[in-house]
Amino acid sequence: MSTARTHDGGERVDAPSMPAVATYVLRLGDDALVLSQRLGGWIARAPQLEEDVALGNIALDLLGQARTLLTYAGELEGAGRTEDDLAFLRDEREFLNVHLVEQPNEDFAVTIARQLFFSTWQLALHQRLVGSSDGTVAGVAGKAVKEIAYHRDHADQWVRRLGDGTDESHQRMQAGLDRLWPYVAEMFAVDELERALVEDGVAADVSELRGEWDEHVDVVLRAATLARPDHGWTPPGGGRRGVHTEPFGYLLAEMQHLHRSHPGASW
Amino acid sequence: MTGQREWPLWEVFIRSRRGLSHQHVGSLHAPDAEMALRNARDVYTRRSEGVSIWVVPAAEVVATSPDEKDSFFDPAADKAYRHPTFYDVPAEVRHL
Repeated sequence: MSTARTHDGGERVDAPSMPAVATYVLRLGDDALVLSQRLGGWIARAPQLEEDVALGNIALDLLGQARTLLTYAGELEGAGRTEDDLAFLRDEREFLNVHLVEQPNEDFAVTIARQLFFSTWQLALHQRLVGSSDGTVAGVAGKAVKEIAYHRDHADQWVRRLGDGTDESHQRMQAGLDRLWPYVAEMFAVDELERALVEDGVAADVSELRGEWDEHVDVVLRAATLARPDHGWTPPGGGRRGVHTEPFGYLLAEMQHLHRSHPGASW
Repeated sequence: MTGQREWPLWEVFIRSRRGLSHQHVGSLHAPDAEMALRNARDVYTRRSEGVSIWVVPAAEVVATSPDEKDSFFDPAADKAYRHPTFYDVPAEVRHL
């Protein structure tokens, strides 16, 4: 594994000989895997039993997407790595998910803000990936759009109810939006790898999704009597290069320790 | 929304496939009807159990009282002539 300086000063980790398409598929798979792991943290802790099941369902949808994508990334890489190898035996710097999905659950309203931001983006992206020139990517997207449409609806419903609910729920929902707003911009950044794949018709250009994303989020926030956060500050990002925020290491430790302590364990 | 601490109870009815009628499958808590439908989807149709869901506020269900059981149901018990048991059902009629 080699590291190199990128033009913006960040360090880049180059997984040896991983084809660009495999890297792209891994990015999509890691987004789904990491958010699935985060949502799993709500099991037995959600505000209501019914919500426990709802978040668990969403987590399982995402896990299903991640399994297909990680398996495919391993096949494209051609080094014999399975979905389990990629999920449980990679280190922090080899995960390529955006920072938004790794942010801790914190308050229920923070989790719902994360769901709104991510599923709105993920739905717009997958609606385009249905037309990908890569058959597997297109196939995964075709199945996922129905799932994600429900995830986004779930978030929409909650944002409206918390925002237009009691004084406390309104204040906490607004705080959740403000807390995660800085991580929105990273989802719409396109690097050289993705630009080349957009040319090939494999990837979709995420920079073109922002207008649609803003439109949907604004409608939901308006209906919820919430204010669109107005941060001047945007963190440098780097998730797509394997640079992550502090809470991510703890998430990985929890997700991977069983497999690493007992290789090949199953039940 | 009100300041009440507990969400109201909803009765859930699922139609498992076209042509069948909705069947009561259970109940759940939800803050309002839209969320009740979504919760019902998540709790009761995760394994493809349904194609249609009804939710009804449990408070709106009018039920018979156990105290009235005798007057409501017992009189039907000894009137065998109300049952269509006095003619042969043709073999071709399978869903009677």
